[in-house]
Amino acid sequence: MGVRNQLSLFVTFAKEGFEKSLLVGKFFCCLHVVNTYVCTPALAYGPSMLPTINLTGDLVLAERISTRFNKVCPGDVVLVRSPVVPRRIVTKRVIGMEGDRVSYVADPKSSDKFETVVVPQGHVWIEGDNIYESNDSRKFGAVPYGLIEGRVFLR
Amino acid sequence: MCRCILGEISNMAAHNFLWSLTKNCFTFGLIGLTVSDRYASIVPVRGSSMSPTFNPTTDSFMGSLSDDHVLMEKFCLQKYKFSHGDVIVFCSPSNHKEKHVKRIIGLPGDWIGTPMTNDVVKVPNGHCWVEGDNPSSSLDSRSFGPIPLGLVKGRVTHILWPPQRVRHVERKNHQNRHSPS
Repeated sequence: MGVRNQLSLFVTFAKEGFEKSLLVGKFFCCLHVVNTYVCTPALAYGPSMLPTINLTGDLVLAERISTRFNKVCPGDVVLVRSPVVPRRIVTKRVIGMEGDRVSYVADPKSSDKFETVVVPQGHVWIEGDNIYESNDSRKFGAVPYGLIEGRVFLR
Repeated sequence: MCRCILGEISNMAAHNFLWSLTKNCFTFGLIGLTVSDRYASIVPVRGSSMSPTFNPTTDSFMGSLSDDHVLMEKFCLQKYKFSHGDVIVFCSPSNHKEKHVKRIIGLPGDWIGTPMTNDVVKVPNGHCWVEGDNPSSSLDSRSFGPIPLGLVKGRVTHILWPPQRVRHVERKNHQNRHSPS
């Protein structure tokens, strides 16, 4: 009699535990879907986007809908996965889309020479707002559109 | 009046059933989407650029039913750590909506020899050199150069369909690569 009681108690506990963990799992999945398909927060820091973004860090909100539907335009600030260190995500501004002719100053600290380049198909040209301290397309070339993670719309 | 009440109760029961069915479908869809985004998913392989590893026969009669379907795992994206000979799925650098399946031949720092132009290319930091197993019909790094590792979407581990070809996908080494060591 005692064993049956204990067994039914155990079954009740197990059912409750399962339901609670299912709820937690559902919440986590919801969070993941919103993060990946709708919008995501990010902490942007560093000197390359002064004065738009602070040196010590600004919390920004990036949406993922316009990147999925090819609606990113020149002038947008975007989150991009760095082509040099794939685990790092950087914040830069889109200067040119595919087919555009982009003129840029390669090294503003040493000379004023302009260079012109045509952005290849499927790529974008990104630059930081602070061209003196920015590691961007002037160093590593145009980046493929597939590396763009989101478009910043709120700071 | 009894029949009225019975009708209303059966209506409510059907309504409740539909509602709970929708909720269950939504939950499973959400969980499935999360798992396929973060852990593993199944992708079809189109084209013959990876023959004989995938799609060894060009069977235009059956069409997409006879395409190999493979298991792609995403755990490798946590550290972006790949090995030579891994088969990966990546977004095409010229069209981000297309996905390609190729084998990694070179990792950052490797020198790759291209027999076509008699050139030797060094794979830059954060990039990799990919080639298809069937060099005659493969659009790969020999045309568009090394690709950033950030474009990689997953690593292929097993073939799941058709049932007679279910097996583990092995790493294969390439003779054209010279590693610094």
